[in-house]
Amino acid sequence: MSIDWQTFALTLELAVTVSLILLLLGLPIAYWLAFSRWRWKFLVEAVVALPIVLPPTVLGFYVLVALGSRSPLGRWWISLTGHTLAFTFAGLVIGSILYSLPFAVQPFAASFSSVDRKLIAASATLGASPWRTFFRVIAPLSVPGLITGTVLSFAHTMGEFGVVLMVGGNIPGVTRTVSIDIYDRVQASDYAGANQTALVLLVLCFVLLALVYGLNRKALAIHPRPTSQR
Amino acid sequence: MNDLHAAVRKRFGSAESDFALDVAFDAAAGFTILFGASGAGKTTLLDCVSGLAQPDTGRISVGERVLFDSSSRVSVPVAQRRVGYVFQDLALFPHMSVEQNVLYGLKPLPDAEHKQRTSAILRSFRVDHLAQRNAREISGGERQRVALARTLVTDPEVLLLDEPLAALDAPTKAKIINDLRAWNEAHGIPILYVTHSREEVFALGERVLMLDAGRVVAQGTPHQVMTAPRQQTVAQLAGFENIFDATVEAVHPERGTMLCGIVACGIMVGSVASDATSAHGAGAPVLIETPLVRAAVGSKLRVGIRAGDILLAISPPQGLSARNVIPGRITSLEQRDVIVSARVNCGEVIGSVEMEVHLTLAARDSLQLAPGKQVWLVIKTHSCYLMQN
Repeated sequence: MSIDWQTFALTLELAVTVSLILLLLGLPIAYWLAFSRWRWKFLVEAVVALPIVLPPTVLGFYVLVALGSRSPLGRWWISLTGHTLAFTFAGLVIGSILYSLPFAVQPFAASFSSVDRKLIAASATLGASPWRTFFRVIAPLSVPGLITGTVLSFAHTMGEFGVVLMVGGNIPGVTRTVSIDIYDRVQASDYAGANQTALVLLVLCFVLLALVYGLNRKALAIHPRPTSQR
Repeated sequence: MNDLHAAVRKRFGSAESDFALDVAFDAAAGFTILFGASGAGKTTLLDCVSGLAQPDTGRISVGERVLFDSSSRVSVPVAQRRVGYVFQDLALFPHMSVEQNVLYGLKPLPDAEHKQRTSAILRSFRVDHLAQRNAREISGGERQRVALARTLVTDPEVLLLDEPLAALDAPTKAKIINDLRAWNEAHGIPILYVTHSREEVFALGERVLMLDAGRVVAQGTPHQVMTAPRQQTVAQLAGFENIFDATVEAVHPERGTMLCGIVACGIMVGSVASDATSAHGAGAPVLIETPLVRAAVGSKLRVGIRAGDILLAISPPQGLSARNVIPGRITSLEQRDVIVSARVNCGEVIGSVEMEVHLTLAARDSLQLAPGKQVWLVIKTHSCYLMQN
């Protein structure tokens, strides 16, 4: 009966990697969803939202197929690295990114859409490029949404089970995450170990979320500089 | 001097409303006022010049520089037009200080020059003491000044102002207009200024374009435009309680006046429906002196008179400069909040020429006004506004 700290380290690494990549990948997708006037945009919105409704096993299955040695992507990866993507940490990251995509993109896009269009128009009339407008006006006014999206994708990856099981299997130190460890222990009737591991995960997640929401409250009250003169 | 030239057509098609903006004009350095009711297309026109909206066809240029040309498929992006635009709601960046707002539009320059230009423009609009404050924490008039400074510091070649002073009290407004004038004396760029306030038209106007339903219906000096015969809809917007059918009886070009005979026209005016429809045409017209407009004797016009512009006397007044003294009889008195609205019949037949006059409560009481009382209405020549029929 002991806690397998290696699975915690691996899970944290996975969640941090995925949420950081989603922050970078999610921004342009969310920007496009918020501002594009393409008439078929709703189709893209539906695809982005798919992981919310699909069972993780379905998603995991297709990711496994897509990463396997019979798919073009899988063959390309093998020719590049010499081994398959499935049952590796990199494969796990790819599966998790797809699985958590809507949890990052939807809060990002919602906060971009809620930025007053007049401010964006004002920025353009003042000569600012779309890039400058994004980094100086849209992003700063969307900070709460950016934090929410990143925290949600982090939390969602921390607790993920189905996709990890399908894509990663259960290789200690490579793809064995906390949730799979807990499942294993229950299967082996090690209820005390399962309980301890679950409890640590619960406390860890609570502390992280409380920290982030506490910081977020400060970020909401943005002031450029303390007021000095009247 | 780089004049602004704009010829713009833009349709907004929908099932219920079909609105088309179709205007062409030149604006030299200085103020050009765009005057008209809401929905006349003023803001859409500004959006087209700034590039925020795309005309269907047309051409917009500043001097030699083409900003938009549908025939050669040119449309310069908003950010490169060098057209300053101050919105009605100002759109200051809420997460920045006043100084950061003003710095925002400046191109990369040495730090010292940045600071110098920012503080110079803030000083010329009298908001330099607010530089470090957050844009959300300053008063309405200060926000207006900061929005102007933020736009002007970028040295635009054209300035668009969409009712930027609409929310301000008159003294604050006048001071800001003076500062804006002073700024433009040094820079001399075309300024398109949208308003629906008549006071602002006369205060600012070197030149006025009157827009109605997407078209320019009159242009010229404020005096020419505001006194020219024009569309009924614009007159109603400006709030005439009294509108009559008028026939030109005589013109006196040497005096700048003419004589019109007026009769009720039986249209809905404001909240009060003229009940004279049945009496239309009955009785002789009442003669009034009006300003001269381009109209021949015998032509049919409409004349509008504001209820607040009419004086009411209980004995025949003498020694007045006002040219119209019309006898009549009060038909009704109605109190609306602190204003008394009197209806006075001036024609031979009841209802043929009935005028609405606004009075104070004190005036009603001290003159002991009551229905049936004989009164004299005093109307200045220039309180009579002529419109095309």
